[in-house]
Amino acid sequence: MPAAVELRGITKRFPGVVANDAVDFEAAEGEVHALLGENGAGKSTLSNILTGLYRPDEGEIALRGAPVSFTSPRDALDAGICMVHQHFRLVPPFTVAENVILGDHRGEGKKLMVHPRRIEQRVAELGRRYRIAVDPRARVWQLSLGEQQRVEILKALYREARILILDEPTAVLTPQEADSLFETLRVMADEGRTIIFISHKLHEVKAVSDRVTVLRGGKTVDTVQTKDATQRSLAALMVGREVALAERVERAGEVGAPVLDVRDLWAAGDRGGDALRGVSLTVRAGEIVAIAGVAGNGQRELAETVTGMRPAVRGEVAVDGKRLHSGDARAAIRAGVAHVPEDRLTTGVAPSLSIASNVVLKSYRGKSVTRGPLLRLGAIREHAAALIERYDVRGGGPELPARRLSGGNLQKVVLAREFHGSPRVLVVASPTRGLDVAAIETVHRYLREAAADGVGVLLISEDLDEIRALADRIFVIYEGAIVGELDARTATVEEIGLLMAGGVAE
Amino acid sequence: MIRIERRLAQPKWLSLAVPIGSVVVAFGVMTVVLLVTHHSPGSTFRRIFDTGFLGSQSLNATFVAATPLLFTGLCAAVAFRMQLFNIGGEGQLYAGAILGAAAGIALGNHSGWLSVPAMIAAGAAGGAALALVPGILRAFLSTNEIITSLMLNYVGALVISYLIFDSQSYWRDTSSPTAKVFPQGKNLPDAASWPAAHVGSLFLPFGLIAGAVVALLVWILYTRTRFGFEVQVIGDSPRAASYAGMRTRRKILAVMALSGAIAGIGGASQDGDFRHTLDPRGLTTAGYGYAGIVIAALARYNPFAVVLVAFLLGGIQNAGFALQGADFPSGLVGVLQGLILFCALGGELLIRYRIRFARTGHAAEAAA
Repeated sequence: MPAAVELRGITKRFPGVVANDAVDFEAAEGEVHALLGENGAGKSTLSNILTGLYRPDEGEIALRGAPVSFTSPRDALDAGICMVHQHFRLVPPFTVAENVILGDHRGEGKKLMVHPRRIEQRVAELGRRYRIAVDPRARVWQLSLGEQQRVEILKALYREARILILDEPTAVLTPQEADSLFETLRVMADEGRTIIFISHKLHEVKAVSDRVTVLRGGKTVDTVQTKDATQRSLAALMVGREVALAERVERAGEVGAPVLDVRDLWAAGDRGGDALRGVSLTVRAGEIVAIAGVAGNGQRELAETVTGMRPAVRGEVAVDGKRLHSGDARAAIRAGVAHVPEDRLTTGVAPSLSIASNVVLKSYRGKSVTRGPLLRLGAIREHAAALIERYDVRGGGPELPARRLSGGNLQKVVLAREFHGSPRVLVVASPTRGLDVAAIETVHRYLREAAADGVGVLLISEDLDEIRALADRIFVIYEGAIVGELDARTATVEEIGLLMAGGVAE
Repeated sequence: MIRIERRLAQPKWLSLAVPIGSVVVAFGVMTVVLLVTHHSPGSTFRRIFDTGFLGSQSLNATFVAATPLLFTGLCAAVAFRMQLFNIGGEGQLYAGAILGAAAGIALGNHSGWLSVPAMIAAGAAGGAALALVPGILRAFLSTNEIITSLMLNYVGALVISYLIFDSQSYWRDTSSPTAKVFPQGKNLPDAASWPAAHVGSLFLPFGLIAGAVVALLVWILYTRTRFGFEVQVIGDSPRAASYAGMRTRRKILAVMALSGAIAGIGGASQDGDFRHTLDPRGLTTAGYGYAGIVIAALARYNPFAVVLVAFLLGGIQNAGFALQGADFPSGLVGVLQGLILFCALGGELLIRYRIRFARTGHAAEAAA
């Protein structure tokens, strides 16, 4: 029987980079096939080619043995290929049912008059069958990210997708929600559909897939049976060398006096409503305290309020016992609060400005780089060159626009700047999202070093592996409130996961 | 199949080649327009060049035309650099002209050393005050400054007309019987005439020199100072600016005020350099403020490039006056200017995107 989907010799070039280099890939009907690779390995490019968003420069695509050529995403949809993107493609003011028929040009969606009842019934039915219940009349903006993902999957099922591609689907889920997603995927595969599961998390790939294809540097490295592989062997294939999986390293340094005190902090979200609801926590010098939680539960607002980017509605933030003026980022910076924001490309740096400018983004008022109102551009350049050297930033010199750096090197620039001001408190949000394994190692090392130097680190992350590798204590955040505090040495994934889903600690 | 792709890198030569290419394309299209309307393109373009740029008489006229464009171009460039789209240069120039004329009249005929700086200061204050209206609305209420600044242009035009045509204002000449029938502004005293520099047979208006100095100061401000650094960061990423603790609101106010002040000096220069009275009809039909937006776009917001582009566009405008006649409608000059803007904005696309001619269906061919 021919494979459900086969890609042969796919090559896609972008200016200055070969994203896919003669990639071969095939997946059978009824299997969950994982596509494993680091960021930049070519996974997204490959899935964009399969969904008709890009056209390959070379190579061919065959569905059940028949060659196809997609000129637009619609061709791929018509051929039964659906994709659940990392960033959902939903219309927030629309209901679930309306989103499901959006773009459907065969059935209900094609008619001039839309009959919501009929679609709602069909959606409810699909939800029951695949155990992915969502209220079809709910508006998408009311749903959690996990529920929105279900809508995306329902969309694919409604369109009777034969091939479903999921791009990093578990980033927005608790461990328990991820498990239930895996069950749904299993049911779908057992019906003869093909599931392509894109991930860089090894334990998930182990848990859900039948086979794994590993990409590295735009090339296919190997396709292996999941049951014959171990996490370690997959990691080695992915990185190209033996790697230490993120493991706990006990740190020597002493834990000192409290440096960051957050008391009953309330803050509004971007769309109104309380994004933070009475958060209290303390971080001591030399300690790494983690905030765990599913994305969108107030983490971003917490980081922004603590660092003064967002005014607090109520409550206070104190550094070294001194209360900070709410909503004043400059005051927070002066008090020694460093911040590595989750969105490093538009918040952490001014992307079109040079590395040199970005290195002094917070210190451009300082005496060492100014003379009266004038900037000492030479001194700034030298300072940047020194930091580039010390933090091993690769890709260009001080004059390079920041956006031209890779994610890992960009993060090094941000870290270099934030560490340089000898901070008291370091607020880091998703510091390794999108980075490759080598860069993750580096970032983790810097964070441990910072803690060893007596900085109080507040680590906000959705990656439980990262939290368990770095943190001393873990706070779990759910709907803007802290729902539990755990000792990182003894906490289990199940415990954390339960709290992340809003459960109560025993 | 033609595809438009985003450029990952923008080569340096493009930022020079594209504006020049845009002007060439504009002249190319203009050739077609001229042929269709039965004018000889060759002789028309030669006349534009001759009357715009050849000989001291042409150049002097071009300097006069370029002076207000230099100010309004800088006005737009200064604000656009911070992604603050002040298109109220037109109204801010009127405001500058009104207050500049008031200062000139009020100070009487004592000394140019007093009147000229006072007119510059008054003009700058007038332009800044008008620009601060959209600035404050933007900074505190997030109102779109494009709309508010544009609307104030009409307010400015109505106010300046009212002062001369519909009221017995301080600016109106009411001394003679004819002035009562044909409303006109008071003549400014001689002390309020701005001096001009003579270089050989060239005649450089004071405003042109002042504008060039302003361009230099703007360049220093934007590339060499802390203020300019903040403007760069805010223009590039407002979130990064707030992350770095920059006071974005204050910068919005400061940049709008600066932008308006520059246009306002342009207005005062109209009074002091050229018109020697408050001249609503002349100012409101000239469209200096709108031309300034074109100039800033063509110059890619670089203050030195604004000087150059203002000179070139001044030349074309000056030539336009000379071309106009029975056989050459003034509309055609407008067409040429419009084409240059159109091509310049189209050229922007080429800087950010590349056009690729891709073969279609080669995957299908390979399979067959």
